[in-house]
Amino acid sequence: MSLVDAFRLSLRSIFANRLRSGLTSLGLILGVGSVILLIAVGQGTQQEITDRIRGLGTDLIFVEPSAAATTSQTGGFAGPLESTLVQGDALAIAANGIHGVLSVAAHTSIDVQAIAGPNNVGAEIVATSSEYGEVRDLEINSGSFITPLHDEEGPLVAVLGARVAETLYPGNDSVGREIRLSFAGGRLSLGFVVAGVLEEQGGVSEANDQVFIPLSSIASRVRFLFTPTGGLRVSQIDIQTASGADEKQVKEEVSELLLFRHETFEPDFVIQSQDELIGTATAVSNTLSILLGSIGGISLLVGGIGVMNIMLVSVTERTREIGIRRAVGATGTDIVQQFVTEALTLCIFGGLAGIAIGTGISLAMDGRELGGQEMTTVIQPWSIAVAFLVAVAVGLGSGSYPAYRATKVDPIAALRNE
Amino acid sequence: MIRLANVTRVYSTGGAAVHALAGVSLEIGRGEFVSVMGQSGCGKSTLMNIIGLLDRPTTGEYFVAGKSAAGLSEDARARLRGRAFGFVFQSYNLLPRMTALEQVELPLIYQGVPNRKQRAAEALLRVGLRDRIMHQPTELSGGEQQRVAIARSLVVDPLLLLADEPTGALDSETGAELMKLFTELVEERGLTVVQVTHEPQVAAYAHRIVRMLDGRIIEDAAVDRGGKDPKGSNGDSK
Repeated sequence: MSLVDAFRLSLRSIFANRLRSGLTSLGLILGVGSVILLIAVGQGTQQEITDRIRGLGTDLIFVEPSAAATTSQTGGFAGPLESTLVQGDALAIAANGIHGVLSVAAHTSIDVQAIAGPNNVGAEIVATSSEYGEVRDLEINSGSFITPLHDEEGPLVAVLGARVAETLYPGNDSVGREIRLSFAGGRLSLGFVVAGVLEEQGGVSEANDQVFIPLSSIASRVRFLFTPTGGLRVSQIDIQTASGADEKQVKEEVSELLLFRHETFEPDFVIQSQDELIGTATAVSNTLSILLGSIGGISLLVGGIGVMNIMLVSVTERTREIGIRRAVGATGTDIVQQFVTEALTLCIFGGLAGIAIGTGISLAMDGRELGGQEMTTVIQPWSIAVAFLVAVAVGLGSGSYPAYRATKVDPIAALRNE
Repeated sequence: MIRLANVTRVYSTGGAAVHALAGVSLEIGRGEFVSVMGQSGCGKSTLMNIIGLLDRPTTGEYFVAGKSAAGLSEDARARLRGRAFGFVFQSYNLLPRMTALEQVELPLIYQGVPNRKQRAAEALLRVGLRDRIMHQPTELSGGEQQRVAIARSLVVDPLLLLADEPTGALDSETGAELMKLFTELVEERGLTVVQVTHEPQVAAYAHRIVRMLDGRIIEDAAVDRGGKDPKGSNGDSK
């Protein structure tokens, strides 16, 4: 019997039992589909995190208070209030002449409500210095970023991220206009003059939803941000290094300087380069990918067992058919070929449908909001290949044993079987 | 054309040996129409299975066209079975959900020969099923189903047609039509037919009647050609 005939025969049998075939492939369709979808979600998450970190700027080193030093992170003022870092640390790093350091910007992030007339929007204010714009590669659309003069005098001025500006003053240039920033759930409210508006930042950048104000402007008004010794607490210090600088060396020197300044031997801070941050995030999201992939894999396995189950049942159910085929001249090989081809055909159809559904849902989900979070999915060609190959292997595996059983059917007994 | 030399077949079921065939010698020539008769359990079906290469003798030799079948592998037997023998069963043994044409095509598929559709259609015409080619078994009467089964066995141009109680499930009129078909095939195409039957009037269509009892042949006689039309006149001691 030729392969074409074997394939045609199996198609006939599959279509003759549509419901059974459909339900059998359903397991595989869902298995293959979920492997592709879940891996796409995992990889999408990874890409989004990586992009977000890359979007922060280039050649950056971040200094943050270590987790052990900050006991609670409840948002609002709680984070900055417990930080072990102060503005003086940033100034010292900049002034110390560490080789490779281009500029240093300390900043404190606080969640606020930004209000202008009838419009208001939840935003994150970043209280920082003039260097921040350079460190984070922020481009100005109109007006200016925080200037060194602002750093010194601490006026109530604000630079708006593109989306914040668009929400507060839709269609208008907001430079020179007033906005109110409401801190800590309305307990403190201050008026600011818009000094500049940022260009819409490409990719996944948080800067679009942020408001930047001079650190010095709130330093003189929010006394509780100071440590008992008079340092102004900041939540993070960003260091931009020259491209090609020895990041490791810079980190070591910054670490020594901070240990000295904090008068401790145990670091109460964490220094991470952008690459390390990406590495950590990648490791985490890889674990996520593996976890998601395994869940998909399990459903694929279950689908495979389903195919085997049906094929085994069908050998018993089709004893008479096998007997008839034997009587009209089918060899054992023909019978094996029939059952393997049938299982394989089911699995290939299931696999293809699964690929269509998996990639379809992945594509449909990409860029959609889900639970307030924008989903990113990245379809991995290898996941399609692997899922499909597994489906084919399942077909071969789950067809072979029942096929072997089928050749053991005694044609005489089979034909008497009414 | 086929020859059995002192063939026995012993089944061992749960320790007890059952002698289904206890030394059968039989020779059937080309173009013969033979009826095998006997009570249930006399070994008729076993004999048919051995002739049809579905079963192997325990001892003794079986020759097809002068060659011993003993040395053939399972696959060689399957191929010879597909090419040289046609089977017709009491229960038709058609495959469900396949049209008459597909049923008849089946042996040709396993042989891998060309012009399958055409040959299958011709075989169906030969058994008088011109209008039923695209019907499935459930849409056919018993007689029609049996004709499909016969067309399926004829399509490969077999040496020998083996029919196990072909009329068993048919009313006497349809049964008689079927026997007329067999007679035509034997007379016009030189087909060899061996049929197992209980019914004397069906058996009487053959040239020769072989009677069996307890795994042995007890009588092997030519039918009186003078009474070709069976009227039950052949005194039968069934």
